[in-house]
Order: sequence, then structure tokens, then C-alpha cells
Amino acid sequence: MACFVVPVAEAVVVSAVYAAVKVKEKKYTLVHADNSERFETENKHMFSKKLAWLMKLLFGGSFLLAFEHLWHGEIVPWAPFLTAASDPGDRAQMLHEMSTVGVMMAVSVTALWAAMVVISYCVEKKNAETVQKIEEV
Amino acid sequence: MTLLISLFAAVISTAVWYSSEKARRMKVGMLCWMFWGASVMWLVDAVFEFVELKAEYFTPLPSDMLNDTFLGLSVAALAMTVWIIYLLIKDPDGVIKKK
Repeated sequence: MACFVVPVAEAVVVSAVYAAVKVKEKKYTLVHADNSERFETENKHMFSKKLAWLMKLLFGGSFLLAFEHLWHGEIVPWAPFLTAASDPGDRAQMLHEMSTVGVMMAVSVTALWAAMVVISYCVEKKNAETVQKIEEV
Repeated sequence: MTLLISLFAAVISTAVWYSSEKARRMKVGMLCWMFWGASVMWLVDAVFEFVELKAEYFTPLPSDMLNDTFLGLSVAALAMTVWIIYLLIKDPDGVIKKK
């Protein structure tokens, strides 16, 4: 009914966090801009890049889900935009669906992203160790 | 059916993104994010539906299946339209700028 609203809300929050992290990282890179080697290494590991993955997953997925809801006539271009929101009985069902299916959708996408971030850090760490070993030899 | 079509699209776009440098330059990654995000969300939806309907979930009415197939194909078409617009705006090879 309106389960995609929860991932959209999470995407908006993640976008705000992304903007804040990006500003912080920009300040950091300006301070360390003179050390180009360190700058390049740090740039690869920027957390904002990882946050952007979550943002894309949430916005992309929600966009296609919103289209599905439009297809089924659950979204309309006039207020209150969700057809279930105009009827009290449907509204209760909609809120129940948002709190179960919607929350699980957001949690699942975030879990997938977390797994991707962990794998990416492991790969980056392994690569860094290999480079260090080659440099030592 | 929508979940299946979206999942196939996600796997194909990811394989193309991984195997080709040109595909990565052509922002195919955007399609991967959209399809994977939607696939995970539809998978959760399918799990909830399965819990509710049990075995009946796997025997949908032909009319429902046809509607879901149309929806899946429309979703894929919409995602590809968004991607092509994004590609033309970004113009990574400068094709539009040269014109």
C-alpha cells in the first residue's frame, strides 16, 4: 500500500548524513592536500562513497517500487497522494504494512549495504597489505 | 514475476558492468543500484506474501501473472529510460558536446 515510503524516508535521512560527511571529508582533504600520496589513499576509503551506495540502493529501489504502486492505483497525483490514506480502515492497514513490510525492506537494503561495506573494507585492507609487501621486497 | 524480471535485470546489468570498462564509463552502475534495490524490496514483499498465502503463492492466476509480467517489463523499461536520460545528461564521451 505504501511500504516504499519507509525506504524513501531512510534515503532522505541518509542523504542528509551523506552531505554532512562529505563536508567533513572535504575539510579534511583540504588540510592534507599537500601530502598527495596520503590524500590519494584516504580518498579511496572515503565513507561518503560508501554512503552513496546506500543512497542509490534506497532511492533506486523506492523509485521502481513507487512505479509499481502507481501501476496498482495506490498512488494518485492529488492529495493525500496515497489512496489508502483517505479511508480510516485502509489507513490502519497501510500503517501496519509500513511498520512491517516497509521497515523490513529498509532493514534488508541496509543489511545488504553493510555486507558490501564490510567486504569492500576487507578487500581494500588485503590490497593495502599486498602493496606493502611488494614495497618491502 | 515482477521480482524475477527485476532480479534477472539486476544480474545481467551487474555482469555487464563487471565485464566491460566501456559499460562502467556508460554509467551502467546506475542500473545495477536501481535493480538490486528494487529486487531486495520486492523479495521482502514476496516473503511477507508467502507467509500469508503459503503454497498458494506459487500458483497465481494466469491474469495476475500476465499483469505482473507487464509490470516487470514496464519497470525494466522505466529504469532503462532513466539510465539513458542520465547518460545523455552526463555525456561521459562528450558526444553531445561535440555536436
